[in-house]
Amino acid sequence: MTQDRAPFLLLNDEQEMLSKTAYDFIRERAPAARIRTFRDSNDDVGFSRELWYEMAELGWLGLQIPEPYDGLGLGFFDLAVVLEQSGRELMPEPFVSTLLLGTQALLLGGNEEQKKALLPGVTAGKTLITIGYEEAGSRGGLSSPTTVAKKSSDGFELSGEKRQVLDGHLADRIIVSAATSDTGYTLLLIDPTHKGVTVTRQSRIDGLNAAIVRLDRVPVKSDAVVGGLDAGAFLLEAVFDRASVGLAAQMLGASEQAFADTIDYIKEREQFGVPIGSFQALQHRAVSVYTDIALTRSAVLAAARAIDESPEEVPRLASLAKAMASETFMHAAKEAIQMHGGIGVTDAHDIGFYMKRAQAAYMTFGTPFQHRRRWAELHGY
Amino acid sequence: MTDLEEFRAEARAWVRENAPKSLWGTSGSGPFDGYWGGSKCEETDPDILRWRDLGIEKCWTAPAWPEEYGGGGLSREQENILHEEMKAIAVPRPVAGQGLAMFGPVLLEYGNDAQRAQHLPGIARGEVRWCQGYSEPNAGSDLANLQLRAVRDGDEFVLNGQKIWTSHAELSDWIYCLARTDPNAPKKQMGISVILVDLDTPGITVRRIDLISGYSPFCETFFDNVRVPAGNLVGTENEGWTIAKAILGHERSSIGRSIARQPGSAQREVVARARKHLAAPEGAIPDPLLRDELAALGMLEEAFHLTLARIQQSAESGTPGPEGSITKIVGSELKQRRFELGMQVAGTQGLGWEGPGFDEDDLQYTRDWLRSRASTIEGGSSEIQKNIVSKRVLGLPEGKK
Repeated sequence: MTQDRAPFLLLNDEQEMLSKTAYDFIRERAPAARIRTFRDSNDDVGFSRELWYEMAELGWLGLQIPEPYDGLGLGFFDLAVVLEQSGRELMPEPFVSTLLLGTQALLLGGNEEQKKALLPGVTAGKTLITIGYEEAGSRGGLSSPTTVAKKSSDGFELSGEKRQVLDGHLADRIIVSAATSDTGYTLLLIDPTHKGVTVTRQSRIDGLNAAIVRLDRVPVKSDAVVGGLDAGAFLLEAVFDRASVGLAAQMLGASEQAFADTIDYIKEREQFGVPIGSFQALQHRAVSVYTDIALTRSAVLAAARAIDESPEEVPRLASLAKAMASETFMHAAKEAIQMHGGIGVTDAHDIGFYMKRAQAAYMTFGTPFQHRRRWAELHGY
Repeated sequence: MTDLEEFRAEARAWVRENAPKSLWGTSGSGPFDGYWGGSKCEETDPDILRWRDLGIEKCWTAPAWPEEYGGGGLSREQENILHEEMKAIAVPRPVAGQGLAMFGPVLLEYGNDAQRAQHLPGIARGEVRWCQGYSEPNAGSDLANLQLRAVRDGDEFVLNGQKIWTSHAELSDWIYCLARTDPNAPKKQMGISVILVDLDTPGITVRRIDLISGYSPFCETFFDNVRVPAGNLVGTENEGWTIAKAILGHERSSIGRSIARQPGSAQREVVARARKHLAAPEGAIPDPLLRDELAALGMLEEAFHLTLARIQQSAESGTPGPEGSITKIVGSELKQRRFELGMQVAGTQGLGWEGPGFDEDDLQYTRDWLRSRASTIEGGSSEIQKNIVSKRVLGLPEGKK
C-alpha cells in the first residue's frame, strides 16, 4: 500500500449476490470431476459449449466488456468475482484464453473495428479468442518470439510455431506475437482457418485445452496489427498483468475449494478411533493454509480493484497477486493430497486435479520467482 | 463530503498542526507507541510531553471513550481515522500503553460506575500506568492453571502467590490480576476473578527479568499477604475467565496492529541494511537469492497490511469475518522474518553485543532481533492461536493437546 488509505476490499451487495449465484451454479453444474470425463472420452471440445452459452446468457462473459459491444460495462473486479468461483471446480471453459487473454488484448490495444467485430461475439459466448505467445524454449515468459512476421506488399508473412496455445484447437481468432524488427515484436490477429495455419491439439495434465499452432508463410494484412507496430512487448505485458490477476482469482477459488474439501475430509475420516482432524499435527498445518488463503484473498482483491481504479498500481499488485496465489494454491493442493492420504493420490479422487492445476497455474504468466524479481525492480532494488 | 470524510479532514489538520515536528516519522503509531505515563514515568522529551498535553486537552488520547471518563466520545470509525492520520505521518500516540489498549476497554465493558470513574480518567491523561498480572510460572499457555490465591477476609481480599511477565510492573502504578478465588471449582476456568491492585500496597515485591536481548521491561511480581479492598473486584466473583479472554482479545489485536507499523517499512528497513552491508548503494541488490527473499518479505508485508485493512473494512460494515484471528499469527511471523533477513544481510557485523567495532544501529538491531523471538510466544503463543483458529474458525474437533 503506497497511499495512506487502503483500497476498498469488500464486495458490494450486487457482487455478493453475483458471487453466491456463481457459486451455486458452478458447484452444481460444473463439478471438477468433468475434467476426468472430458479426458477419458477424448472429447473433441474438452469443455462444455452449452455451459459457456448459459454463462453468456447470465451476463457473466460480458461483465467487464463495455456496453457498445453488448457487455454490461462493469469492472474487472466483477469479472474476478466470477473467476474466483470458476476456479473452485477447475472449470476448463475458455475463461483464460478468451476473457483474460484475447479480450484484454482487444480492450487494451484493439482498434474500434477489431473490437466491434469480435467483442459482441465474446459477450454472446460465440467467439473464442486466444493469444499464442509460448514457443519451444520460451518457458512462458515475455521473451522475444522466434516467430517472424516478414513485411510484404500489403502486410506481413508469418512463420513460426506457437505451443500450448490455450483453446487454440477451437479459437475463432488467435493473436500471435511475431518479430517485426530487430528490436521489437508485434501482436497480429489471425484467423486459424487461413492458408498456412496448422493446428494440432495438445494434452496437458490440468485439463485445460491447448494446441500447437504452426504458421507457414501465412499472409496477414496490415490491419491485423493489435496495438502498435513493434509495440507488442508493452501490450503483452499489460495483458499478462490482467491475466495474472484473473488467473490468481481462479487460483484463490481453487485453493478455497481444495481446502474446504480437505477440512470436510479430516472431520469425517477416522483413524485410531477418532477423526484425524482432531490431531494437532494436522490442525496447525490446516491453519497455515487458511492463513495463506486469507492473505491471498486480500492481494487478489486489491489487484482487481487497481485494474479498475488505479492503473499505476497494477504492475506491482498483479505481481503480488500472481506470486502469492501461485504459492498458496500449491501449498493448499499439496496439503490436500497429504491429508487425504492414499485416496488422494488415486485417479479416482478429484483432489489430484487440484495439484495438477496448481502446477500449471504456477508456471503460467510468470512463476512466483519471476514476479518477485519484478516486484523488487518496481521497488527500486 | 460524508461525515467521515469531514472528520478525516479535521483529524488530519489537527494532527499535522499539533504533533511536534521532531516526532514526525519516528513511530509505528501503534497502540503501544507513545507516552506510557504513570507516576513513575521519567520521560523528559519536551515534545513528547507537549504532544501528550495537546492530546489530553483535545480529549483525543482515548478518542472513543465516553467524555465523562476523559475520552473524546468519537465513534470507532472516527477513532480509526484519527489513528490512521497519526500513522500517515508516523507520529506516536499522545498517550499509549496497556491501560488504553487493553485494560480500559474491558473496564468500560465489565467494570462498575465507581471503578470506571476511579480509573479511566487517569489512564486517559497518562497519569496512571497499568500492567497485567496474568501468567504464572506454571500458567503460561495453560493460563487457566493459575494459582495466585485471593481469600476473602471481611471487606478485603488477601493475595498470595506470584505473577510473571508482568511487563512494566516496575514503572506501573496498578496491576489488574487474575486470581483464584475458588480453588474447589469443578473446572479450572471457573473460580477465577479479576482483581485490581495498587502496586504500592505492602507485601508486593517486583523483580526485573533480563531477556536474551538484555534489558527488558518484563518483571516478576510477588504477593505476600497483600490486602486489597473487596471493591477492587471487577465483574462477578469466580467468573473472571470471560473477562480474561476479552482482555486477551484486545491484547492480540493490539499486538497484531502494533507489529504492523507503516506499510512497506519492513521492506525498506531490510533493503537499506542490505545496501549498507553489501556496499550496494543503488540499483539491483547484487545477490539474486537475497533479493528474492527481500521481495518475499515485501510481498508478505503488503498482503498483511491489505488483510488488516480488509478486516477493518468488514468490521465497519457490520459483518466482521473470522479472519481477525490470524493477525497475531501472521504479524509475529512477519516480524521475525524481517529481523532474520536483516541479520542475514549484516553477516558478522550483526554479531556484536556491545562496545567497539560495531556501529550503534547494528548493535540495536541485533538486540531487536533477539527480542523478536518472543513475538510468537507473548500474548498467546502461535500454537495456542492456531488451536483457537482450528477450533473456532475451521470447526475441527478438539483433540489431545
